[in-house]
Amino acid sequence: MTFLQFSFYFFAAALIFAATMVVTIRNPVKAVLFLVLAFFSAAGVWITLEAEFLAVVMVLVYVGAVMVLFLFVVMMLDINLTRLKEGFGEYLPIGGIVAVLLVVEMAIILSSKVFGPASMPRPPGQPETYSNTAELGKILYTEYAYPFEIAAIILLVAIIAAISLTLRRRPETRYQKPASQVSVKSSDRIKIISMDAENPHADSQGESGK
Amino acid sequence: MSTLLSLWGQLPFAIQVAIESLVKIVAILVPLLLMVAYVTYAERKIIGYIQVRVGPNRVGPRGWLQPIADFLKLFFKEIVIPTNANRALFISAPVLSLIPALAAWAVIPFTETLVLANLDIGLLYILALTSMGVYGVIVAGWASNSKYAFLGAMRSAAQIVAYEIAMGFALVGLLMAAGSLNLVEIVKAQQGGLHQWYLWPMFPLFLVYFISGVAETNRAPFDVAEGESEIVAGFHVEYSGISFMVFFMAEYANMLLIATLAAIMFLGGWYAPFDIAPFNWIPPFFWLFGKVAVFMFVFLWLRATFPRYRYDQIMRLGWKVFIPVTLVWITVIGVFRFLTPWGFIFR
Repeated sequence: MTFLQFSFYFFAAALIFAATMVVTIRNPVKAVLFLVLAFFSAAGVWITLEAEFLAVVMVLVYVGAVMVLFLFVVMMLDINLTRLKEGFGEYLPIGGIVAVLLVVEMAIILSSKVFGPASMPRPPGQPETYSNTAELGKILYTEYAYPFEIAAIILLVAIIAAISLTLRRRPETRYQKPASQVSVKSSDRIKIISMDAENPHADSQGESGK
Repeated sequence: MSTLLSLWGQLPFAIQVAIESLVKIVAILVPLLLMVAYVTYAERKIIGYIQVRVGPNRVGPRGWLQPIADFLKLFFKEIVIPTNANRALFISAPVLSLIPALAAWAVIPFTETLVLANLDIGLLYILALTSMGVYGVIVAGWASNSKYAFLGAMRSAAQIVAYEIAMGFALVGLLMAAGSLNLVEIVKAQQGGLHQWYLWPMFPLFLVYFISGVAETNRAPFDVAEGESEIVAGFHVEYSGISFMVFFMAEYANMLLIATLAAIMFLGGWYAPFDIAPFNWIPPFFWLFGKVAVFMFVFLWLRATFPRYRYDQIMRLGWKVFIPVTLVWITVIGVFRFLTPWGFIFR
């Protein structure tokens, strides 16, 4: 067994273990953490396929940002575990059918001639100077420029939609206006006026003479 | 000696590689952890002098053994696990925050050849690993079963997600100029002296990067995650003994990482500021070390100088100031490079 094979089996085993734990473990926070492990192992598998750019971006985007938000939300939920288990028997038939269907489909695809391992040999390795990132960038911004732009617009629309859902004016809440806070000068807040001393003989009478 | 060499030759190639990498990793991590220990000493001394105190001066000459004493004390203290805390996650949280802080050093080039893994996507690797450090904080806050820890964890999560974006965009500008994600290539693009450093054309990005770095490491004035005046000690309020120390080590290792990256990406890494006689006598490694020391001093100086930011101001600074600044500067770089004859500025 070469080191490459060893790392593939290691990451694949970790991936399957983590994915199983995500759906079987009771504690939702732990489930999210196992999902993090699953993403991380998937990134490891991608590295063995020489897709190092995709692997690192996967860690950066999914592990570094998306799952943090997931964890953030799940942590704040007070989930009642006994109530969570209540509907289990009810959903079991549908879930079971879906699971069986998935397994059958996977088996059909993987055992067919089109997708079998024999018809998809491992692509020849690239030389050490080959930069996956540069190649991906070139193809993304030339050949696939339009799909890329369309995806970007869709994401922008999604961002605007999400913000507009949460945006509601509350007249009773008083917001700070940082711009006006920053631009304040001392002359706006205090006024120094020159005036005569109230008691011209204060010095001679002393403090206690009031 | 010769018997040792022949013994080495008899080992299988895979084991040779493994031993070699292990030795290299130890050669990076041991000095790193020593630096972490002495950064804590430097912090206490420097902030002491800034505040007109002397700082630690009891253990050893001038207090030089203070970090060792601190280490021994924390090492032998009991780890208290709160009631109803999630035991497994409570123990693993400090480790989760330390591992990314140490693993990121794998791609840091100390000189042109002194680098453990010369990755083509080094910069992305660093970004990916620094973004994982937040898990330690979040898990610690949740597993402690304490409301202060939980509040600290939530503050930290929101803050790190916000500043990561600004930091990532600052680095996008940099890689547009360098045309590479490889850290060695990025430093090589700044060869030739002070005027070639990316500090000048990228000055706004440099500021954004460094300040975001301070925010990412939860250091003052952005340390609301542990703001002791409001939430005691934030996410590590329930930690004691060595598990607390591991959090501390992760924080300082991250500070050193941010300082080193700033030196590599904006101050020309291991290159001397002037490529002439007295300057290039000093070995390249010491130039990098000196630049890192300057940034570390700035970290401590900031802590001694500024009061803590208010939480909403932190969020505003990250989302409404830094991200627009980086976006504008990326546009400026792109427009100048490809549409005007002055593109050489952002080469």
